[in-house]
Amino acid sequence: MQTHLIVNGEERVLDADPRVTLLDALRHHLRLTGSKKGCDHGQCGACTVQVNGRRVNSCLTLACMHDGDAITTIEGIGTAADPAPVQKAFVTRDAYQCGYCTPGQICSTLAMLDEAEAGWPSFVSATLDANVELTREEIAERMSGNLCRCAAYSNIVEAIQDVASGNGKNTDAGETA
Amino acid sequence: MRVFDFHKCDSVEGAQAAAADGARIIAGGTNLLDLMKLQVETPDSLVDINRVGLDTIDEAHGGLRIGALVRNSDCAADMRIRRDYPVLARAILAGASGQLRNRATTGGNLCQRTRCSYFYDTDQACNKRDPGSGCPAIEGHSRNLAVLGTSSECIATYPGDMAVALAALDAVVEITGADGAERTVPVREFHRLPGDDPTKDNVLEDGDLITAVTLPAPVGGFQAYRKVRDRASYAFALTSIASVVKVEDGKIAHCALALGALAAKPWRDDDAEAMLIGETPSQDLFAKAADAILAGAKGFGDNDFKIPLAKRVIVAALAEATEMTR
Repeated sequence: MQTHLIVNGEERVLDADPRVTLLDALRHHLRLTGSKKGCDHGQCGACTVQVNGRRVNSCLTLACMHDGDAITTIEGIGTAADPAPVQKAFVTRDAYQCGYCTPGQICSTLAMLDEAEAGWPSFVSATLDANVELTREEIAERMSGNLCRCAAYSNIVEAIQDVASGNGKNTDAGETA
Repeated sequence: MRVFDFHKCDSVEGAQAAAADGARIIAGGTNLLDLMKLQVETPDSLVDINRVGLDTIDEAHGGLRIGALVRNSDCAADMRIRRDYPVLARAILAGASGQLRNRATTGGNLCQRTRCSYFYDTDQACNKRDPGSGCPAIEGHSRNLAVLGTSSECIATYPGDMAVALAALDAVVEITGADGAERTVPVREFHRLPGDDPTKDNVLEDGDLITAVTLPAPVGGFQAYRKVRDRASYAFALTSIASVVKVEDGKIAHCALALGALAAKPWRDDDAEAMLIGETPSQDLFAKAADAILAGAKGFGDNDFKIPLAKRVIVAALAEATEMTR
């Protein structure tokens, strides 16, 4: 079955069985192996990508359900030669050990910062009003869908705080940290 | 995953026709695809309803009408929900992760299946998955399973959070049947207790499509959602409670309590609520109400702790609610 996807700004046509998940489509059909398969059941977050700007578990959705959707994977966020500020912040803060969960952590982080900026509350927010302060507790709660089995959580939170605090996502956190 | 036919549709009518034809409806897919990968669910045919609309929250009859395809994230972020139905926003935010809430829908979340590990494991017997095969959970690992409304066939719980708040808010599910006829079912009556047929989680019939959930006019009062679980985030409840409580002139004027993770449905007890209304708040009164709610509770070993836990959760929720609104 044919599905048109806009992946990292580029139009791609996928011809695959309807059983193919978005994650398998990205990795095996489109050869974008940055998104990782951890649990394949929506529990670990390693497969997190953005669909039309929102973070989702790409393992828990079928590629054929995304005809016309814009998908952003880690490959669309930055490159080794030209990393995004959030990627630099993860490097600077040593926010990983094995690195397997990192692409998902980074895709999730960027969308989470947009959610906070839009004033979305979280389970730990004291009030439901639109003022979100990204404390450690807030970041931990908002990122709880991304597991890190090396337990680099402490440094992940710091990397995210660097990106969030330095006048938003465009700050070059890697160099200012 | 087993092979299935995949249908797309762009209208409610199209979805209806495919569902009437036997196709299984897929919306967010966060629960269904998980179960399909494990072959717990093996639909022959799927109809994707993500493009049919039904994705707005509109004012209706003094309250709100939440379309079936409104994502959990959008529902919890809606300023009207946050202001007038905070218990609903809190309950949604207590569940799953940011990624899952971005996909999970209002209608789909109501249809979430149990998280009983025997239901998930196709090597095990399970009356819900394989009728007549037995229920090993009753003498097995029951830590996260039910203590209220169980039967000798099944002790599964409804695992979600959103529906618990909806039950406390007296929300109503709008359903269109295979023949096109529309009907409404209160959320309180939507889920079924297992009885002698645990295969049916709720009152939906083949070909039914949930189109919306409606909230009555706001009642105000103090609203809260407490959730007790094995870790602080991203875990299913061991016990939860949605409370909507109003105190006027020192007496409880309105009281709706819905308990989660204790039964196959969000649990409300009209008699216990009646015991509280018109009374002066006190620890003794709260304990009496909690005992009334839990009078029929029965543990299965591993989950015996849920009964005293639920009592404490009920008493604490009432104490907080009446303290805050006094």
